[in-house]
Amino acid sequence: MNVLDWIVLLGTMVGIAAYGAWHTRHTDHLDTYLKGNKTTGWFTIGLSVLATQASAITFLSIPGQGFESGVGFVQNYFGLPLALIIVCAVFLPIYRKLGVYTSYEFLGKRFDGKTRLLGAGLFLVQRGLAAGVTIYAPAIILCTVLGWRLDLTIIGTGLLVIVYTVTGGSAAVSLTQKWQVGVIFAGMVTAFVVLVSKFPADLGLGGAAHLAGALGKLEAVDWSLDPAKRYTVWSGVFGGLFLSLSYFGTDQSQVQRYIGGASLRESRLGLVFNALVKIPMQFFILLLGALVFVFYQFQPAPVFHNRVEWQRHAQGAHGETFRALEEKHAGLHQAKQARIAEWQAARAGGDPAAVAAARTALVVADAATNAVRAEAKRALLAADPHAPVKDSDYVFISFIVAQLPHGVVGLLVAVMIAAALGSKAGELNALGTTSTIDFWRHFRPLAAHDERRNVRVAKWFTAFWGVFAIGFALFAGFAENLIEAINILGSIFYGVVLGLFLVAFFLKKVGGTAVFWGAVAAQTLIFALFFLRQRYPVLDFSYLWYNLIGCAACMLFSLILQALLPANHANSRQ
Amino acid sequence: MNPPPETPDNDSSTGLPWPRTWRGVYLFVFGCFVLVVIALTLFARYFA
Repeated sequence: MNVLDWIVLLGTMVGIAAYGAWHTRHTDHLDTYLKGNKTTGWFTIGLSVLATQASAITFLSIPGQGFESGVGFVQNYFGLPLALIIVCAVFLPIYRKLGVYTSYEFLGKRFDGKTRLLGAGLFLVQRGLAAGVTIYAPAIILCTVLGWRLDLTIIGTGLLVIVYTVTGGSAAVSLTQKWQVGVIFAGMVTAFVVLVSKFPADLGLGGAAHLAGALGKLEAVDWSLDPAKRYTVWSGVFGGLFLSLSYFGTDQSQVQRYIGGASLRESRLGLVFNALVKIPMQFFILLLGALVFVFYQFQPAPVFHNRVEWQRHAQGAHGETFRALEEKHAGLHQAKQARIAEWQAARAGGDPAAVAAARTALVVADAATNAVRAEAKRALLAADPHAPVKDSDYVFISFIVAQLPHGVVGLLVAVMIAAALGSKAGELNALGTTSTIDFWRHFRPLAAHDERRNVRVAKWFTAFWGVFAIGFALFAGFAENLIEAINILGSIFYGVVLGLFLVAFFLKKVGGTAVFWGAVAAQTLIFALFFLRQRYPVLDFSYLWYNLIGCAACMLFSLILQALLPANHANSRQ
Repeated sequence: MNPPPETPDNDSSTGLPWPRTWRGVYLFVFGCFVLVVIALTLFARYFA
């Protein structure tokens, strides 16, 4: 990065943060601090919901996913529009009608105090840990590629988000997210245009898409009923529906984004906006990754895209092995380029038989280069069992740094940082709110009448969670596997939390005691399924299904317990 | 103290020129979802 890149990066990031903090610095009413301005319209709400969900990893990892496995990952989002319809029709009107600050407050009104604390407690554990990863995961990738200091990057981005989130609360979060999404869209569209301009003149965008398709990168939809397949229409619609319903309907980091706003109409339209744009947006990001794959078919391509990690080993004791792998990959890559030329010539000739034969040869050549890439990863693991071998996260950022002009590099790095800040701010805002409303104010109800004191407490809790996230992100560097563990943690808890809410909305006869113990039993079942999956291969299915099983088990157990409990327990209310 | 609960606003009207009811908006979203899935299926087949 040069001076121009730094000006673009710091100008956008610090400028947006300062603007948000300055505009919302006089927020001293708890309602405004926690829910935002009463005038917030659907567009701001919609962008805020979008920015909270789209973290930096979305823009680092998803193009890598498109590069590595193609655009089929888009099916993971198929349940999202359906879930948002349910949130708009069922969840949102009840939240607004009750005037709650948090979704867990609703559980307290519907059931009892212990069920509210269970929901809020599960959220704080899961989201509190995930908040550290929201900073750490992109920071480690950016620092590796750009040569920044990891600790300073974590502390710098962490403090920046704390300043404006603590200052202006929900209003500052929504305001800054709107501009951050603007930077993200501008950056991604610029990257797409520059990428397409770098294709060979005789290829063009259409030819690039045909090449990506020939190599299996554009298989967007898979109607297979095979449960062993990771991404299919069915796992996306059903697993994704429950995951999205839990995330958008019950997770306070999302609920807080749409629970305020000018009216029920504005909140609904904000969610409808997301229901319409999310699948096309994710497809666009995946397509970008697939097109970066095509770009590298006409350029010298690295055998392993995390170049810093690769060079570290190539210059070490096993250097000869690594250099031999590089040469082998380069030779096979050149051979593949020859097969691509033959395939293009066959397509231009228009003979279907020749095109099919050339395509078969091309696929074989691609498989050969992939085999060397797999060999390279095994060599890395042999040299260092703790070496990070997933290099797809480095594909897009390495492409940006190596191929894009200065200024655009700064803009694209700003995209990553903006996404990190936007999702982080939503999380901190929600953690601070839940701590204040569901714990502090719940146990100290007399304090509820002192508005200014409540705002001060909410600010302290928000700052606490910000500092906690920074500390956790700094610690996470010592435990690489922690990131995966925390991602799994979300799927383990989400289903049961959703079950709590679905019982609340749809099973009117079930009381607090039955749903509380039903949720505890369902959570125990999910833990058992998770820990027994290595012992019993039949239980080793995708984490997405935990959402459905946890939800269904919570509802079923609640109904059974309700039928078994004596009448005085069964109808318990706060 | 929590803010006063919202009085039920005109829940059946969207204030949009079209669709005028929320049921219509949800059907529109569902229709768009179906169209996107069909478009992605055709896209995948065309470039396969």
